Amino acid sequence: MSDVCIVGAGIHPFGRTEGRDGMDQGIFAVKQALADSGIEWKDVQFAFGGSAASGNADNMVSQLGLTGIQFINVSNGCATGGSALNAAVSAIKSGEYEMGMAVGFDKHPRGAFNADPSSYGLPNWYGEAGYMLTVQFFGAKIMRYLHEHDISRETLGRVAEKAFRNGVKTDHAWRRSEVDLETIMNAPMICDPLTKYMFCSPAEGAVALILASERKAKELGVPIIRLKSSVMRTRPPGSFEVFAASIDNERGGTATEIASKAAFEQAGMGPDDIDIAQLQDTESGAEIMHMAENGFCKPGDQEQWLLEGWSEINGKLPINTDGGCLACGEPIGASGLRQVYENVVQLRGTAGARQVPGDPRTAYTQVYGAPGVSAVTILQR
Amino acid sequence: MSAQPIADNLFTEDMSALVGARNRETGHIFFPLPLTPDDNIEPIRLASRGTVWTYTIQRFPPKAPYAGPTDPEKFKPYAVAYVSLPGQTMVESRLTGVDVDNVKIGMEVELTAIPLDPDAPADEQKLIHAFKPVQGE
Repeated sequence: MSDVCIVGAGIHPFGRTEGRDGMDQGIFAVKQALADSGIEWKDVQFAFGGSAASGNADNMVSQLGLTGIQFINVSNGCATGGSALNAAVSAIKSGEYEMGMAVGFDKHPRGAFNADPSSYGLPNWYGEAGYMLTVQFFGAKIMRYLHEHDISRETLGRVAEKAFRNGVKTDHAWRRSEVDLETIMNAPMICDPLTKYMFCSPAEGAVALILASERKAKELGVPIIRLKSSVMRTRPPGSFEVFAASIDNERGGTATEIASKAAFEQAGMGPDDIDIAQLQDTESGAEIMHMAENGFCKPGDQEQWLLEGWSEINGKLPINTDGGCLACGEPIGASGLRQVYENVVQLRGTAGARQVPGDPRTAYTQVYGAPGVSAVTILQR
Repeated sequence: MSAQPIADNLFTEDMSALVGARNRETGHIFFPLPLTPDDNIEPIRLASRGTVWTYTIQRFPPKAPYAGPTDPEKFKPYAVAYVSLPGQTMVESRLTGVDVDNVKIGMEVELTAIPLDPDAPADEQKLIHAFKPVQGE
């Protein structure tokens, strides 16, 4: 079967942009993606898009043009962008359409995401007693992981240090200055073992991708990036998710393990075939766990990986080459698509100062979020 | 009126155990008892002793809906753990009676109740569940 191809990519810088709302950042990204692929809005046959906090994506047509296209809003929490992409790929694979768009954008207020217990099926006391904080979940989860796999706290610091170092080289990143390991380790603790530099922050930003059938992509004459897999999965029994008043004694797998396995099968590849990876790094610990959950190393080996620099831009498997969520912040609707954008740029060889050397041909993304969802893509040039 | 539990159905009536839930069909045990009655779910008494499976320390005062003391001058960091109750489930719970810097995975702990705001007048105090180190450990 022929592949679905990414023929255009656009991004609105992540971080904080005063005076521009989330949807306008989305419009910015769409216009950039259209220009990148050399097409016009009227050529786009369908769109899937979403945001968590910045309105219905289909309202974008009032600014982009009332061409009458099918525009479906996607609302899938942290996997919103990944799900929009997934749906767009299916629409082209089905043969119904030849060219369409996946878009995600958001603009969140400062500070950690606030949550209402009732929307998670929890009683009010859960929030009143001080459990309704995402940061506690991240701390408790990685605390266990470090203990079980004998990984040092410094490894968490090294993940953050690498993220900021890569962010310096990334035009679309939010945090653009290096932070040394000592500063990261000695910064105020938020939820043990994670200090403030080890967490990403809610932010703003937008990404748009133009997708086309292989036939259409060749007709456009643009650099072709093939989407070998696009998979979204939900959690299995015994996973450890945010806002859980109890978890099973018997531990199970994760949504990411399921999505990763399916994505590799779909692409006919394995972890050793991947040249670059963008992995969900809501906090430093997430990147560490996801290195293993996606099959790139064994649990416990992350300590050596970070010490030896194997996940640096010039390492054997560069991870989060644009600084990931730690350097870019996390606008929920756009975050998963940012990873794909970064891979498109890397595979085209146009990533400038952060370009992965050695002519990379394959690239992997994984986004993970509440309440136990994971989306994976594999791209190939 | 003396201190009251923060919610009904959180503790057993004598406050000696937490009320969990058991799925009659699958035997799956979890916590807390759901708010909506379900024929398939029965309340069960959870074990009052367990071990710390993991934990974190809440180092800053949470925002609403947190109802405990949030004055940054008076706020005391608190430990939040998952306590493994043998053969049942792991319950998310505050730890008490142990310095936050001395919490360890594998600690043996037992159930107690603590006031959400120790500075509140006695008759307004709300009790929340917590686990404390087993004496002599």
